[in-house]
Amino acid sequence: MQSSTSLNEPGAESRRCETTGLSVCLGAQRFIKLNAVSAVVFLLLGGIAAILLALTRWQAIHLLPVDWFYRILTFHGLNMLIFWILFFEVAVLYFACTIPLNCKLFSKKVAWVSFAMMLVGAIMVDVIIMMGKADVMMTSYLPLLAHPVFYLGIILVAVGTLIGVYNYFATLYIAKRDKTYEGSVPLVTFGATAAAIIAVVTLLHGAIVMIPTFTFSMGWTPEPDPMWYRMIWWGLGHQSQQVNVCAMVAIWYLVAYLTTGAKPVNEAVCRTAFALYVLFINLASAHHLLVDPGVGAGWKIWNTSYAMYLAVLASMIHGFTLPASVEIAMREKGYVKGLFGWVTSAPWSNPAFSGVALSVLIFGFIGGITGVTLGTQQINIIAHNTLRITGHFHATVVGGTSLAFMALTYYVIPLIFRRDFIWRKLARLQPWMFAIGILFVSLGMSFAGSMGVARRSWDIESAGIYGPAAHLKLGIMGIGAILAFTGLLLFAVLCVGTLLFGQKTNGRAMADWGVAQPLGNAKPGSLIHDHWAMKGTVALTFVFLACFAVYYFANWKALADVWPVR
Amino acid sequence: MSIEIPQRDWYKAPAGAEKLWIGLALLWCFVMSVMMPYWHFYGKQNSQGEAYSVEPNAFFERTMTFAEANKVGDRDGIPIVEPAPGSDAYLAARMWFWYPILKLRKDETYRIHLSSMDLQHGFSLQPLNMNFQVMPGYDHVLTLTPTSTGEFTIVCNEFCGIGHDKMIGKIIVE
Ligand code: HEM
Ligand SMILES: [Cu+2]
Ligand SMILES: [Cu+2]
Repeated sequence: MQSSTSLNEPGAESRRCETTGLSVCLGAQRFIKLNAVSAVVFLLLGGIAAILLALTRWQAIHLLPVDWFYRILTFHGLNMLIFWILFFEVAVLYFACTIPLNCKLFSKKVAWVSFAMMLVGAIMVDVIIMMGKADVMMTSYLPLLAHPVFYLGIILVAVGTLIGVYNYFATLYIAKRDKTYEGSVPLVTFGATAAAIIAVVTLLHGAIVMIPTFTFSMGWTPEPDPMWYRMIWWGLGHQSQQVNVCAMVAIWYLVAYLTTGAKPVNEAVCRTAFALYVLFINLASAHHLLVDPGVGAGWKIWNTSYAMYLAVLASMIHGFTLPASVEIAMREKGYVKGLFGWVTSAPWSNPAFSGVALSVLIFGFIGGITGVTLGTQQINIIAHNTLRITGHFHATVVGGTSLAFMALTYYVIPLIFRRDFIWRKLARLQPWMFAIGILFVSLGMSFAGSMGVARRSWDIESAGIYGPAAHLKLGIMGIGAILAFTGLLLFAVLCVGTLLFGQKTNGRAMADWGVAQPLGNAKPGSLIHDHWAMKGTVALTFVFLACFAVYYFANWKALADVWPVR
Repeated sequence: MSIEIPQRDWYKAPAGAEKLWIGLALLWCFVMSVMMPYWHFYGKQNSQGEAYSVEPNAFFERTMTFAEANKVGDRDGIPIVEPAPGSDAYLAARMWFWYPILKLRKDETYRIHLSSMDLQHGFSLQPLNMNFQVMPGYDHVLTLTPTSTGEFTIVCNEFCGIGHDKMIGKIIVE
């Protein structure tokens, strides 16, 4: 019986990949396909919503009427943050537990159940929103109340995802039991496992908060306390972002390896950093309640710094080890000129590489720095619910996570769907368009928010206090949105077009996007023991730390200028 | 290699530049952690979340009594109310207005009670950009000391239905 677990045994439902030589589980392959395709469909839906929203908030255009603005905002939040991200993550999980471990997927039946529940739930949510019965934003803060189908849909998506995660752990278990691999799991699987563990905790919070809200909406139980709701909801809403970070970082390492041959400088450090995410994120949901009543300063401070900063440490470690691994790989290949010769000769025209590099930069320099600063207990006073918050997370979950997912797709489609991309020149441009667009979206929002412009507001004119400067910032956001939306649309067209018309790779390796090639003076393995070889990375991370400190203390200064308050 | 099984002896202590960076990052995280308790004791802007449970109707009664007792004027049907320096002031949030208009004195300290009569609302004081959450059932007390004069605008920045963007209030400081 045991023979069928491993993908190498005769009779295993697997194929050999013509590009990497790895064995691919056919069951996993099918569900990677299904989940990835659904993800892209939801991304497209959310993207159409995004451009409508941006063109409404860009006050000079002010496209949508008020009811549709809030409806589409609810739609955008859920389709992007929940559906696009979760479907893609389930696809990543099915990859990480099978192919690198040489193990078959635990159960196709379970995978079907998970997929069907998620899909039905997502469709229920989208339909009920579009019918105008759930204009409550994705957070659906009580006492706002949506149609019960809305909550039921979300519960189905959450439970469906949990079942997918169960399939992941079950696969890890049979891989270990039947010894389909020897030793420790690869780093990518380790990172995915961290993501899966946090996902369980997260989705349980989702169930705890959504089930009583659903029964309340049916009239069966009394209304849950709105403060309790906020606290538990953010146990879902915040921690799921840590799932995204884990998945994103795992993808960073994977793509760095595929495009430059980078391997972790120190496995132990990278793994410890993933473990820190799991251990120290649990209470960081507090930083959504920093100016709320009923939770005291001690609680807020403790939960912000204790839990958050060790997770921040983890991200700062990855922010070093990832570029360092690329630098070492490039230097060993012979790109040794100066501090940054390895940067300039990196395979920038490979969309997976450029996508991940831009994802690292946007996530680190903008998303990370703004996130930690705005999530500082007192600084939150000058940021809460302004567009600064929206500006921050469009740098993390869009410029960071979503861009990394797009980057990976440039390998997923040729390797899993076995078709070469159409329009390869445009594909090389796509990550740049999306990244630059999101950069402007994020900066425009952040600066508008610094001038007091609220998030989730249809019209800023009613307040009568925002001048030309605020309007300019919203215009910058709008122009960025047009570029980002074009990049997103291009991505969707490239994916769908390739699935339909891309040339099949039948029996040959995928068309090369261009990976870093060794030069004549290459010395593979020569830098393993040189712990100071990553000079460029050291320079970059020092610049990063300087930016971080400047932004952080500038915000304390800004806080000191407002009225004293306790 | 990130998708391959690592070599058996993968555990190594960090060294060189990596060790330096981990040390620096840890130090920075420590500085950031210390800043918050430091500001709690020595800084002037803190959100302590002082709150009492209250029925929306009871809170509205208190607000009405407070407004009648301290009314000094009227604007578009909303009373302008001037509490005594150092005293308690009430501000009710309701779809889609803030009640009443508060008139405060510069450099005096007030205990401002914030609560909602219906949904969640967001107290966003502009152009200062100070933001606090307003919840139904919670009497959220801000001990506030205006240090500048003029007319300040309260924008609602928590989504509260179709009139959300129209929910504008005022605080006047003399
Ligand atoms: C073309 C790309 C995108 C553009 C132009 C865009 C633009 C916007 C705009 C204008 C808003 C409304 C801000 C407000 O009024 O409060 C918004 C909200 C939001 N966006 Fe995006 N977005 C994009 C992609 C994404 C992606 C990929 C995600 C998630 C993965 C995402 C997640 C969110 C979330 C969670 C909200 C908040 C919804 C809420 O307040 O309930 N966005 N976005
Ligand atoms: Cu309101
Ligand atoms: Cu509102």
